[in-house]
Amino acid sequence: MSKAILFIEHSGGELRRASLECLGAAISAGLDVTAVVMGPGADAAAAELSSSGAGAVCHITGADSWSPDQAAADLAGLAKESGASAFLAAATATGKDVAPRVAAHLDSTLFSDITSLDGSSGSLQTRRPWLAGKVIATCESASAVFCATTRPNAFAPSEGGGSAEVTERAASADCKVSVTGTSVKEGGKLDVQEASVVVAGGRGLQEPEHFSLVEGLADAFGGAAAVGASRAIVDAGWRPHSEQVGQTGKVVSPNLYIAVGISGAIQHLAGMRTSKTIVAINKDADAPIFKVADYGIVGDAFEVLPALTEAIAKVQAEA
Amino acid sequence: MKIIACIKRVPATDAQAKIDASATSLDTSSFQYMTSFYDEIAVEEAVKTKESQGGEVTILTLGPSEASKEVRECIAKGADAGVILTDDDWQARDCRSTAKALAAKIEELGADLVFCGKVATDRDNSAVGPMLATYLGWSCVTDACELELDGTSGTAKRATEAGLESVSFSLPAVITCDKGLNEPRYAGLKGIMAAKKKPLDEAAPQVEESHAKVVSLETPAPRPEGKIIGEGAAAVDDLIQALRNEAKVL
Repeated sequence: MSKAILFIEHSGGELRRASLECLGAAISAGLDVTAVVMGPGADAAAAELSSSGAGAVCHITGADSWSPDQAAADLAGLAKESGASAFLAAATATGKDVAPRVAAHLDSTLFSDITSLDGSSGSLQTRRPWLAGKVIATCESASAVFCATTRPNAFAPSEGGGSAEVTERAASADCKVSVTGTSVKEGGKLDVQEASVVVAGGRGLQEPEHFSLVEGLADAFGGAAAVGASRAIVDAGWRPHSEQVGQTGKVVSPNLYIAVGISGAIQHLAGMRTSKTIVAINKDADAPIFKVADYGIVGDAFEVLPALTEAIAKVQAEA
Repeated sequence: MKIIACIKRVPATDAQAKIDASATSLDTSSFQYMTSFYDEIAVEEAVKTKESQGGEVTILTLGPSEASKEVRECIAKGADAGVILTDDDWQARDCRSTAKALAAKIEELGADLVFCGKVATDRDNSAVGPMLATYLGWSCVTDACELELDGTSGTAKRATEAGLESVSFSLPAVITCDKGLNEPRYAGLKGIMAAKKKPLDEAAPQVEESHAKVVSLETPAPRPEGKIIGEGAAAVDDLIQALRNEAKVL
């Protein structure tokens, strides 16, 4: 079996779902996985990882603070020493910060945000979106090490199992960049890419203060929903860029995407068309958003949203 | 301070994607091109840094000769020179060979700071900036939405799923730029006129063969035709039923 080094993220020892999905992808592709953890709380993460389906676990110790270049040097070092033919990480903000550095250390190309990984032909084949998903490319790597990041929500998480040995390894001294702190989002709000429900608003809301209708509907999902925004209202300064869905924002694929007052420009559709179910609420019956929506309501957001919010709250209360 | 802003010529974001007969490359015949969205933010940050710290800004790209249009547009915003690493095969160039070609040129030109966009809006790979930094052996901050420089070091902020990460780094550095870092300016008439007289060199890049091999391209299947449930608040009950019983997402 081909060996793979996986960069596994955790928050304070709790394994991140996106990393478990990355592990699931590697195991399904038939790779012999060494899962690597580091940072504060990595002890607990390593213990949990040993029964997660990985063949081996490596705990990198001794780094004082998080440093993406230090992590990359250690991961690349492990890959070289073990003769790994693959390196994988989750396509999170941290994974995408680290993986290209690892790839360069290994003088290998990188596929970001892959949505499939197939090892059945003996070599790895992967699919990834181009142009924010307007095109899907099937690719192979001619590099010594196949390097990729797995898109969150595209793979089933590892089902676990086994009892892998945990080895320790001292962190390298390569540290030109260090993270000095993280200011956590207010109220532990979900990121638009991680939420299973996204309620997104656009110019049809007319005034920035009307966005509270969108937030109200998201709140009705009881913590499962994040709010998203169209480029138009981000550019107008109503909402932060972190909420923007589309080609120059984030690409999301939640179970349920509710577009409110969004006409559906091609740049926006590219960012949400892989959502499982799409609902559109728009005054204009000819809006392009209705072409991709599974369910549409033609109507004024100011009238529809309060009623929908109430109905969702009722469904949640019954659940 | 010597500053370089790397840009990429990409299809306009409203481009419809078509695949050519080989099924391994895009049909580019109807494409209009532009500077990648995030690279405009990189150019702005480079010019802002020059204005506050002094120095000069060079716009660097790997692409066809036609990219002189995008490079001149960027120079017009306040840069001093442009370099095109002319590559007829630029559309197929992967992150590794692009990063290596840029790194070789940056070493030759010399620089303290390199700005890139956080991702190019064609291949969406967000890899060239940090790969380039690693090949150069430099610091790299990706997805910067705030930046402060202080002599030979700096601090930056970047958005993660959890919140805003604060990062400190030493120079020389590659910074990849996210929206929010600045508001790119428009080129004025004076800038456009001045840009015509600024040096724009074309050079052959040191390229290695791309390792990313495209097996096939396809456009995603269209979503099945949806339905309009109804009009106004009266349709909400039917929507809830559909989400519950048909889509099973509630």
